[in-house]
Amino acid sequence: MNMWLSFLIDSLAFGATFIYGSTGEILTEKAGHLNLGIPGIMCMGGAGGCLFLNMVGKSGLPPVLIVLWGILGALLLSVLCGLIYSFLTVSLRANQNVTGLALTTFGAGLMKVIVFKLNPTVYLSEPKKMYRWPFETRTDSLQRLGILFFLAVVIALAASWVLYRTRAGLHLRAVGENPATADAVGINVTACKYLAICIGSGISGLGGFYYIIDYMGSQEAYLSVEAFGWLSIALVIFALWRPHLTLIGSVAFGFLFSCSSFITNIPGIFVTMAMKPILRMLPYVVTILVLIISSIRNKRENQPPASLGLSYFREER
Amino acid sequence: MSVADRKENREPLIHLSRRISIPRWKAWGIRLAAVLLGFLFCGLVAFLLIDRLQQNPGKIGQFYMDFLNGAFGSNRKLWKFMKDIAILLCIALALTPAFRMRFWNTGGEGQTLVGALAAIAVTFYLGGKIPEGLLMVLMLLAALAGGALWGLIPAVFRAKWGTNETLFTLMMNYVATYLVSFFLEIWVPNGSGALPRQEHGKMPTIGHDYLLIILIVLALTAALYVYLKYTKHGYEINVVGESVRTAQYVGISDKKVIIRTMILSGALCGLAGYLIGAGLDQSITTESAGGRGFTAIMVSWLGKFNPLAMVLTAALIQLLNQGAAQISKDFDVSGALPSVIVGIILFFIIGSEFFINYEVRFRGHENRREQGAVRK
Repeated sequence: MNMWLSFLIDSLAFGATFIYGSTGEILTEKAGHLNLGIPGIMCMGGAGGCLFLNMVGKSGLPPVLIVLWGILGALLLSVLCGLIYSFLTVSLRANQNVTGLALTTFGAGLMKVIVFKLNPTVYLSEPKKMYRWPFETRTDSLQRLGILFFLAVVIALAASWVLYRTRAGLHLRAVGENPATADAVGINVTACKYLAICIGSGISGLGGFYYIIDYMGSQEAYLSVEAFGWLSIALVIFALWRPHLTLIGSVAFGFLFSCSSFITNIPGIFVTMAMKPILRMLPYVVTILVLIISSIRNKRENQPPASLGLSYFREER
Repeated sequence: MSVADRKENREPLIHLSRRISIPRWKAWGIRLAAVLLGFLFCGLVAFLLIDRLQQNPGKIGQFYMDFLNGAFGSNRKLWKFMKDIAILLCIALALTPAFRMRFWNTGGEGQTLVGALAAIAVTFYLGGKIPEGLLMVLMLLAALAGGALWGLIPAVFRAKWGTNETLFTLMMNYVATYLVSFFLEIWVPNGSGALPRQEHGKMPTIGHDYLLIILIVLALTAALYVYLKYTKHGYEINVVGESVRTAQYVGISDKKVIIRTMILSGALCGLAGYLIGAGLDQSITTESAGGRGFTAIMVSWLGKFNPLAMVLTAALIQLLNQGAAQISKDFDVSGALPSVIVGIILFFIIGSEFFINYEVRFRGHENRREQGAVRK
C-alpha cells in the first residue's frame, strides 16, 4: 500500500483518541463547565475497560459480549468521575479549575494503581483483536481501524447534530451561554449540566480505553493517556467547539504528533533528532494561534461559551 | 435546584442562601472536619486497593502512621519535607497575584520550566568562562526573565483581545515542555536526553543544603503578603479581580494591571525554576517542574489566595504526598498512590467550601430560619 495512504490511516487511527476526548470535553464546555479533569477521566475510562476485560478476557464468551463488556467498564468508571465532577461543580458550585485538576490527579493516579495490578495477557492479548473487527485479519495498515474507531466518528457527528440541530442541543448551548436566561425560560439548568457532563465524561473515557486496548494494544500504553487528555483539551479550541471539526483536527494532531517518528523514513526530507520535539510542539502552537485568531476576529460563533468556568447560583444577580 | 419548586405554594425541600459572613473558627472547623472525613475515606479506598491490607486489616494503624513517618520519620525526610513545601509554596505564591485579579494562570508549570531552562542555558553556555559570582547573578536574572516572558505572552493577548487565559496558559505549558526537550536534544547529542550536572553556577548554600531555599521562600511569603495587602499595586489587583468596570470607573487601567501582574507572576515562577534548576538539580529534564505547577494552583486556591494560609495548605499537600509515598513503599503498591490520596482529600476540601459559602436549610425549620435572619 502507498506509504502516504498508510500514514494517513495511522493518523486517523491515532486521532480517534482525541476525537473521543474532545467531543466529550466539548459537550461539557457547552454546558459552561471547563473540565480540566478530562485527562483523569480518560485514564479512568481506560482503567475501567481494562478492569472489566480482566474479568472476561479468557472466559471464552462470544466476542460481541466481551467487546461490549469492555466498553461498559470504560463508561462506568468515567461516568462515575463525571458524577464526582458535576456534584462538586454544579451542586456544590466549587471552582471548576481546581476540581478538574484534582480529578486529573486522582484519575491518573488511580488508573496506574489499578492497571498495575492487572494481568496484561488476560485483558490485552485476546480482546485486542476483537476490537479490530472487521479488519482484524488484514495485514496492511487498514488493520489499525476497528469498531471503536468507527464509533468515534459516529459519536462526533452525532454530537454535532444534537448540539446544532435539536432542541436539547439548543437548551444545552443556552445553559452554557447564559444559565440565568435559560433558567428563566424554564430549562432545568442543573439537570442539563449533569447530563452533559456525565455523557461527555463517558465519551472521553472511551478515548482512554480506545488508546490502551485498540490503538496501542500494549502494556505500557496506559502511561501516556494523561498527556493525550491534555491534547484533547487543546483540540477543543482548535475545533472551535464543534464536534464534527474534531474529525479534521484529530487527523492533523495525529499527523503532527506521529510524523516525528515517520518522517525520517521519507526520502528527500532530512530531519535531525532535535527537530522531533519541535514537531510535537506544533499541535500546541497551532492551538494557541487558533485561540488568538478567533479572539481577535471576535466572531461570536467561534468563541468559548460565554459562561465557561463560572458556576451558577440562581439567587445571585 | 430544588426538587419541588415547580409546585406552587410549596416551600422547597432544600433552601440555599449565600452566607454573608462566617466566623473564622467555624470556617476552619468545617475545613478540618472535611480533611478528617477525607482521611477516613482514604482508609476505605486503601482496603479496596491494597492487597496487604485486605489480608491483614490490623495494619490500618500503620497505614495512618505512615503519613507522619513519611514526613517526620527521620532528619533527612524532614528536610526533604520542608524543601518540597518551599518549592511548591514558591510556585503557589507566584500564581496568587494573578488569581487575585481572576486571571486563571494555569501556566505555572511552563513558567517554572522556562525559568529553569533559562538558568541552565546560561550556565551551559557561559559556565567557567565568566566569574562565578557574575554567572550566578546572570542565571537568576535569566530565570526571572524567562518566567516573566512566559507569563507576559498570554497576558498581552488577554489584555488586548480578551483571549481566554486559562486555555492559553495551559497550552504554553506544553510548548515549554517541548522547548526543554528540544534543548536537551541539542545539548546532549547522544540522544539519552539526560543532561549531566552542571559544575558551575550552583546556588550558594548556608548551613544545610536546603536552608537557603527555605529561607528565600519564607521571605517571599512575607513580602507577597505585604505586597497584596498593603500596597497600591495589591489594591489595584483586588479591584480588577472584583470588577473590571469598577476599575475602569475609578481610573485603574485593567490592561496595565493585568500585564504588570502577570510579569510578576511569571517572574516568581521563574524564581521557582531557578531554585529547582540551579539550587537543587543543577540540570534540567522535562519533568523538572514535575506537575507542581498544577498542584500549586490547588495550594493557592485552598489557601484562599492568602500567602500565610498557603504555607499550611502546601504543607498539607506535601504531607499527603510524602506519607502516601511511604505507604506505597511499605505496602508494596504502585508509586502512583500519592496522587490518589491527594485527589481524595482535595475532593473533600473542595466540597467543604460549599458549606462555608452557603447556608443549607431544610423545609419546616422555620424557627431556625428566622433566628438565622436575625443574626445576619
